[in-house]
Amino acid sequence: MSEIPTIEINKETIIKPENLVYKPPKTLFDTPMHYCPGCGHSTVHKIFMEVVEEMGIENDIIGVAPVGCSVFAYYYMNVDMQEAAHGRACAVATGIKRVLPDKFVFTYQGDGDFAAIGTAESIHAANRGENFLVIFINNAVYGMTSGQMAPTTLYDMVSTTTPYGRDPKIHGHPFKITDLIAQLPGAVYVTRQSVHTTANVRKAKKALRKALEIQKLNLGFQLVEIVSNCPSNWRMTPLESLKFIEEQMLPFYPLGDLKVPEGI
Amino acid sequence: MGEIRLMKGNEALAEAMIRAGCDAYFGYPITPQSEVIEYLSREAPKKSKMVVLQAESELGAINMIYGAAGCGKRVMTTSSSPGISLMQEGLSYIASAQLPCLVANINRGGPGLGTIQPSQSDYMQAVKGGGHGDYHLIVLAPYSVQEMVDFVKIGFELAEKYRNPVMILADGAIGQMMEKVELFDFIERNQEAPEWATVGRRPGKDRVFITSLFIQPEKMEEVNKILQAKYREVEKKEVRYQQLNIEDAEYLLTGYGLGARICMKAMEIGREKGYKIGLIRPITLYPFPYNVYNELAPKIKGILDVEMNAGQMLEDVKLAVDGKTTVKFYGRMGGMIPTPEEIIESFENHFIYGGKNV
Repeated sequence: MSEIPTIEINKETIIKPENLVYKPPKTLFDTPMHYCPGCGHSTVHKIFMEVVEEMGIENDIIGVAPVGCSVFAYYYMNVDMQEAAHGRACAVATGIKRVLPDKFVFTYQGDGDFAAIGTAESIHAANRGENFLVIFINNAVYGMTSGQMAPTTLYDMVSTTTPYGRDPKIHGHPFKITDLIAQLPGAVYVTRQSVHTTANVRKAKKALRKALEIQKLNLGFQLVEIVSNCPSNWRMTPLESLKFIEEQMLPFYPLGDLKVPEGI
Repeated sequence: MGEIRLMKGNEALAEAMIRAGCDAYFGYPITPQSEVIEYLSREAPKKSKMVVLQAESELGAINMIYGAAGCGKRVMTTSSSPGISLMQEGLSYIASAQLPCLVANINRGGPGLGTIQPSQSDYMQAVKGGGHGDYHLIVLAPYSVQEMVDFVKIGFELAEKYRNPVMILADGAIGQMMEKVELFDFIERNQEAPEWATVGRRPGKDRVFITSLFIQPEKMEEVNKILQAKYREVEKKEVRYQQLNIEDAEYLLTGYGLGARICMKAMEIGREKGYKIGLIRPITLYPFPYNVYNELAPKIKGILDVEMNAGQMLEDVKLAVDGKTTVKFYGRMGGMIPTPEEIIESFENHFIYGGKNV
């Protein structure tokens, strides 16, 4: 048996340039995020900001943050941003894109923001074919207000406002807004992704890149739904929450492209 | 001299918007101001590069305004009372984020769905805040089609000077009536975005973000202090009003917008009857010309405040007078317009016949 060399490892040796195997994109601020351990938001922030850096468009993009857990997205993403009122991100983004049509524009919204209080703004922006990207995080629960039912909460799923499980007779049905938007002619790229495994993170990143490439071609509304988790409000460990995505969320919200422009 | 035309108030407002170099208009049709978006949809593409978009709702429109204003553009929306109520959330955010924009409310009778007839029942909503939080709109009250034109230019200038939403508070009659107007020439504006605007990161500079969220109360208080300091400056520098026949006046009629205009006729009738009546017309409703009333009050036997509501500006007139003279009120509500004769009758009842017939 060959001998394993002893290497003194400390902070200084790790951060030597030759030892660096990974660094976050410059488009992310080097600041601790407020998200709970295991939450998918930070992963989506990172891959999206990587895409922005890789495309070299960090000076040509304007984002809109929502109300919800990702309300402080503008503290993490190092690009010009506006904070919208709850649900109004697609209207705010419309205002931005209409006066700055040569810039990339995106919104980053949760299920409550995009699919409940903001439904009218979301659907009409999509139907007008507004040429911006919506990153829609679906974790089937209201995170920031600590665990109430979301429009996307699954049947029988327990939340603080569906303590006996979501009953469609009382609470209505889980809302597949992405499927609905895919029917609209103004929406040109509609896809559902997740970040619960490494392979899915890679696929989601590709989808985000594709959306911005489509935006560059001025084709119309782009929607990337990301099925995500909420360990805190699902009352699960991070690992259990990833298993819940796989076993409960994905059968109801299947992954894949719902609509891709021809020839892309 | 500018171009002279015979125009409807709403269309004159829209034409002024084009001439003032407005970059974007977002709106939703509602009577009695739908001519604005119709006129812009028809005329703006011929004369300008203005973005004109019919939004899905007033909620959509005011938030589009937020987004476009945040990019440093000159932006405007218009609506009427129920639609303006829907915009209150957005106006609060715009005021907090300190974005400039111009909003016109062509006031109709309420409450509720109300009526499509002219009213002044949105005074309180316009001048005291309207949405949540401590904030003010700067409010301009036109009394003629000419002022619908002039106030667009002044409104944009005030909005940009103070980075604050400005409201033109007119009513359905001013919006619908036709008068001769002198239009100002097309304005060439500096298109360079201000440094606070989100237009994409400037190389070598920090990125910009626009928000109305200040979760730390210490920071939120600081932002409130900045806003209040701005309002004090506005109160000091931007008060506008008109006064007529003040020199020998024993009594005053007061009102704003259409109310003031009717008072002008009533004043004439009163003067023919031998009553020494003067008139004060606040042009800015916020900032309100408190000092003008306060200084005149000791020399005045009584003031009749006339409004097309149940007595909203009345509270400000009483605050201004501070007990130094008597203030009485005459108003019509729900879309009814007072006649000059009614006003003089009310005036005589209160001040000449000692209130016996009131």
